Amino acid sequence: MARLSLSTPLDVRLLDKGMSVGEALAAFNATHAEAGGIATFLGKVRPDGEVRALELSHYEPLTLAGMEELAGNARERFDLDGVLVWHRVGVMVPGEAIVLIAAAARHRRSAFEAADFLMDHLKSAAWFWKRERRADGWHWIEPRPEDHEDRERWK
Amino acid sequence: MSVTILFLGPLRDLAGRQEIEVDAPLDWAGLLAAVGPEVAEQLEQKRVNVACRGRVRADKRALLAEDGDEVALLPPVSGG
Repeated sequence: MARLSLSTPLDVRLLDKGMSVGEALAAFNATHAEAGGIATFLGKVRPDGEVRALELSHYEPLTLAGMEELAGNARERFDLDGVLVWHRVGVMVPGEAIVLIAAAARHRRSAFEAADFLMDHLKSAAWFWKRERRADGWHWIEPRPEDHEDRERWK
Repeated sequence: MSVTILFLGPLRDLAGRQEIEVDAPLDWAGLLAAVGPEVAEQLEQKRVNVACRGRVRADKRALLAEDGDEVALLPPVSGG
């Protein structure tokens, strides 16, 4: 089977269909054979009872470029061997993957911190708009103050 | 000759449409007049950004869009 081929050192993607998590991580691991450790984070649509679907929209000219810049910043700041940032757009149902992050580094601390840094910025500083469908229709999700506070930690 | 104004996220619902075409050139006052009072009120808030030609403007009030440009109205984001 042909292995998924990733760009190095940054592999940043917007996906409008499902995300193949196992395949992505296997390829990332193989691509960064020299790394001492890889930290990963998988964000999913929380099964919250009321929420039937979630839709993420984006703005093509800004969203991917912003994610690439963020991945580059993380790489430099945490001295990473490689970074993977995959983000879904479109309609998702509870339990589905929204975002996949992987950071490869010589030492574990940088990898953990980079994953945390990337998520804090994707939550509140990347060009995505989220809405949820509940029994009574679609509702736009406002950013939470906690998300901004999380990001402030890195200033 | 025209400028396309794009409504992103919740602004799309507020505007009742995804985009409009207006005459070029378009400045800040022209933008506020073109989008209707509800969206204009949002635009006046600091938390709403404006992009022109694929770049977020540092000073949205200094907007000057020309023929063929796309102006995107960007409400606060909620990703991840």
